[in-house]
Amino acid sequence: MAKKTTPPSKSSAKLKERDARTLGKIVNLAETVSSKTIAGREPKIDIPTRAKSNTNWNKKRGILEMGDATSERPLFDLKTAKQFMQTLLHASTIKDLIAAEKTSSLRGVFYKAKHTVAGTKENTFDAQDESDPILEDLEVTLGALREELHIFAENRGSMVGNITITDKGDDIDCRRMGSGGYALPSIVEPDVIQFKKCEAKFVLHVEKGTVWNRFNEDRFWEKNNCILTHGAGQPPRGCRRLLQRLNQELKLPIICVLDCDPWGHYIYSVIKQGSISLAFESSRLAIPEARFLGIRSKDFEACELDDAVKIDLTENDIKRANEIAAYPWFAENKQWQKEIAGLLKNGFKMEVEAMITKDISYVTEEYVPQRLKDKDWLD
Amino acid sequence: MTDAALLDPEAGSIEQTKKTMSKAPRATAESMAARQRDISVSEFFAKNRHLLGFDNPRKALLTTVKEAVDNSLDACEEAGILPDITVIIEDLQPDRGREAKQSRYRVSVVDNGPGIVRKQVENIFGRLLYGSKFHRLKMSRGQQGIGISAAGMYGLITTGKPMVIHTKPKANQPAHHIELAMNTKTNRAEVTEDSETKDFPPERFLNLTSGTRELGAKGEFLSQDVYVTGTSVSIELEGRYQKGRGSVDEFLELTAIANPHARITFVPPSKVSEEEEDVPLLKRGKPTAASIEAGDSQGEAPKPVQPEVTTETGGVILHPRAVEELPPETKEIMPHPRGIELGILLQMLKEAEIEKPGYTLYNFLQDKFSRVSSASAGQFCEKIGKTSRTKVADIDHATAEKLFKELQDSKLPPPPTDCLAPIGVQQLLKGMFKGVRAEFYAASSREAAVYRGRPFLIESAIAFGGELPGDEPARVIRFANRVPLLFQQSACSSFRAVSETNWRNYDLQQPRGAVPVGALVIMLHMASVWVPFTSESKEAIADYDEIRKEMKLALMECGRKLGSYLNKRLKMRREAERRDIFERYIGEIAKACGEITGEDAKPLYEALLKQARKRTAVADLKLDEEGRKLEDPADQEGVIVVEQAANLANLASPAASAAKAAAEVDARVKKLEDDEQPGLLKDSSDKKAAKPKGASSPAKAGKDQKSSKQVETVPAKKASTSKNEPAPAAKPAKPKMRLNPKTGKLERVDEPGLF
Repeated sequence: MAKKTTPPSKSSAKLKERDARTLGKIVNLAETVSSKTIAGREPKIDIPTRAKSNTNWNKKRGILEMGDATSERPLFDLKTAKQFMQTLLHASTIKDLIAAEKTSSLRGVFYKAKHTVAGTKENTFDAQDESDPILEDLEVTLGALREELHIFAENRGSMVGNITITDKGDDIDCRRMGSGGYALPSIVEPDVIQFKKCEAKFVLHVEKGTVWNRFNEDRFWEKNNCILTHGAGQPPRGCRRLLQRLNQELKLPIICVLDCDPWGHYIYSVIKQGSISLAFESSRLAIPEARFLGIRSKDFEACELDDAVKIDLTENDIKRANEIAAYPWFAENKQWQKEIAGLLKNGFKMEVEAMITKDISYVTEEYVPQRLKDKDWLD
Repeated sequence: MTDAALLDPEAGSIEQTKKTMSKAPRATAESMAARQRDISVSEFFAKNRHLLGFDNPRKALLTTVKEAVDNSLDACEEAGILPDITVIIEDLQPDRGREAKQSRYRVSVVDNGPGIVRKQVENIFGRLLYGSKFHRLKMSRGQQGIGISAAGMYGLITTGKPMVIHTKPKANQPAHHIELAMNTKTNRAEVTEDSETKDFPPERFLNLTSGTRELGAKGEFLSQDVYVTGTSVSIELEGRYQKGRGSVDEFLELTAIANPHARITFVPPSKVSEEEEDVPLLKRGKPTAASIEAGDSQGEAPKPVQPEVTTETGGVILHPRAVEELPPETKEIMPHPRGIELGILLQMLKEAEIEKPGYTLYNFLQDKFSRVSSASAGQFCEKIGKTSRTKVADIDHATAEKLFKELQDSKLPPPPTDCLAPIGVQQLLKGMFKGVRAEFYAASSREAAVYRGRPFLIESAIAFGGELPGDEPARVIRFANRVPLLFQQSACSSFRAVSETNWRNYDLQQPRGAVPVGALVIMLHMASVWVPFTSESKEAIADYDEIRKEMKLALMECGRKLGSYLNKRLKMRREAERRDIFERYIGEIAKACGEITGEDAKPLYEALLKQARKRTAVADLKLDEEGRKLEDPADQEGVIVVEQAANLANLASPAASAAKAAAEVDARVKKLEDDEQPGLLKDSSDKKAAKPKGASSPAKAGKDQKSSKQVETVPAKKASTSKNEPAPAAKPAKPKMRLNPKTGKLERVDEPGLF
């Protein structure tokens, strides 16, 4: 894992202040645990609940918000004992990072905190997927965002288009990114990335790299004067935050081209309203104006597709589709109820690649331009 | 044949054999008549010794010991003396070749019983079928009066040597020394030596081995203070001494378990037969008979010995006395009308006429049967068409048969049960505790029940865990009237009862239709005025539904206690694991907090540890899975739990085990109400109070952790008598120990009046 090193002592006074605040929160957490325990009270950490039960749909703002519920993480419970320890281990690791003015990847933090528990053969962490949720817990517990904790995720997702940005002082012309595009970093806050010059009129976000390659190769962004992004499936926070900034700061509409299946619908839902597990960041990540252009359930007939493109819905897909239909933010949307009903009625899924069976560039040269022209999308 | 034998229903088989024997082919009635003559019982026995348990040299040795010990125990109990019995087997041919299958032994059994008056000695030891026990319905060990004289006769047949008897019926008078040989033709003893001697108990025995010398010097072996009266019998016989199942060792071990009020000392021969069987006895892992030469205990590391458990000194095995009370005296009862057979009824009618000419049927029924009131006696007379004035002499065979049928169909109350003496739950536990090294003991004693008009009572005990082998079928030990049954296990009702009980209910493994598998010893005892054996050799209890049902109920009671204990043990383990997990993380948490705050991590660590200890103790003990309050299995009646702290320490974290290493090996003995024993006991305990207590359970205690706790209670006199040992633990009553669930340690509980 390549470690990203911070540029030498470029941190502004503002950043120092932010770090001091974060440090204070971490020390407070440890001191609370310590003093409570010594006073004879049960050692536990209250962690805001990151679950559907504690996620509220803010209809007015059109985003998911985290509620006030917290869940206790007591030490003296077999279910949470190890997590309790892991939470404090990570708090300690992050404190070291901030004190050293370094940042680390999620995996780096995992390795730093991973060791054998004294006197046993047990590891503090067995795998990174045990470590990452603990860091998210710390974010909500401390009320500090990931970058404030000096942690970043892997780069994921790409961008090309009629825009020039500045990333840590380097100007990047997204028109000249070749076939690979600009890799989206996990932290895209204004202190890292600024928008320098933008001619694009909208953003076309596609589900994954293969589709994105098709659009890029066909110079779709050039022909349609837009920005083209993908998030490698479920878009990571960096991608979503950048889309939101493009939408809010540059007022660019966000148009999504995703698969016609429950997974595609859920990606759209996350982009638009925010996710349950990161509901606390919805106001930074959700784009209520995002639109869903396709693939639509009606397209099999509308585009006269071949039978070969059908992928049967599994039982799990049907269950998931029904769940999504019941989400409050979809439940009140007649268009979406119709769309999901159509999917279930079809009984099959379609990927964006299905359009290739018509013609290799059908999707970029006919399908999307026509739909854009017709404003035929779901909102 | 004696009259007694003719009246004897058991003698029927002898009669039959006589006929077949005298049947000669191709002879006239006259020639046959010329040859037909009386056979003495002794002669009969000489030819059919297998019927009485002398079928092979090994069994002959066992039977000899068994008969003598049974007699001694019965005599002591009847006289109200706490039995102290010494069994000595001397090898008279120690230089025999290795290939020799058998050897000549001298078996001596010495007791502290009431002794025998001079004129009865010949009758008791020299005649078959002479005794006090056959003619009555009373619970006792021996029933036929064949035993000891048969052993003497076997000795005489195989070695030609007479029986040597020392008996001392009066404390301040010399003992009789009698040697007698039995005349098999006349069924009478011939006395070859008759003198008076002061040598009782015979001093010769004290110098047999280093072990007897050592114990003798301490006054713990054949002490004159204990054997103030008593009898010593020595029989020389051809036999074979071999350990394992069916051995003298096993017999004495089991006898000690079922008779915790007896103190039994065993001096085995120095040489054991070749091809030693590798069948473990109960005290697994502790060889009981090291060679006497190696028995120089000075150099040996003392093994951990608890008081009241079987010990070994220089080859001498001591089964100490575990309870200081005699079993309650039992009453003799008349037969119950439903329990008799037609032949016996006829016999009784005949005897009644002889006993009292003119005896009326009305009186006969009331006098000779239990539970027959004057009203029901009148009804019986009426039903068979007779009156209350009808004489027994006037009852013909047909009427007797009618009467028999009426008696069988009668709805009389069940027979009285005060003729039965249970061992008692507390005594069973102590007996098992002394003989079996386990970690859990439970016992149950059922109420009396009735089969075929005969009262009986079933008791059961189980021992679990500890040093018992865990992967073998459970060991079933069977007793009838406190006598161990060593042979024909699978034919025995008790074995069937064990197999039919569903032990899986109590978290034990059990192959279908078999005994459970696990570290388990199961004990079953049947007490009755007449135990229904399957054969004359008295080796298996006949399978009556009523008996088997009671056995199963007793076993289930023990099983439930065990199940509860196993459940608790599992909980304790889980508890330890839980604590382990918490304590594992505590160090990391304290360190992480310390690094964040920059403060000393130690106070936090200690606070966390304290809470972890507290919480793991509380959490699991309060509730079980169903949320019910957990019952402490050791709070149950009839249970002893011995827990080795080391077991728990294995599971504990390093932090916890430090504390646990200090914990001692201890026993917790559950309080048992004294009302187990009915009032019958009272008068015998008065007598007992006058007895010298000098012989009460001595035990050595080496590095035994327990002793350090007990030393405070040990009388100073005892402390000085044991040499070369750090701390003696010779207190008869163990302190009550309680497993503290919070610390996992055992603590002493001061609760007076436990044992």
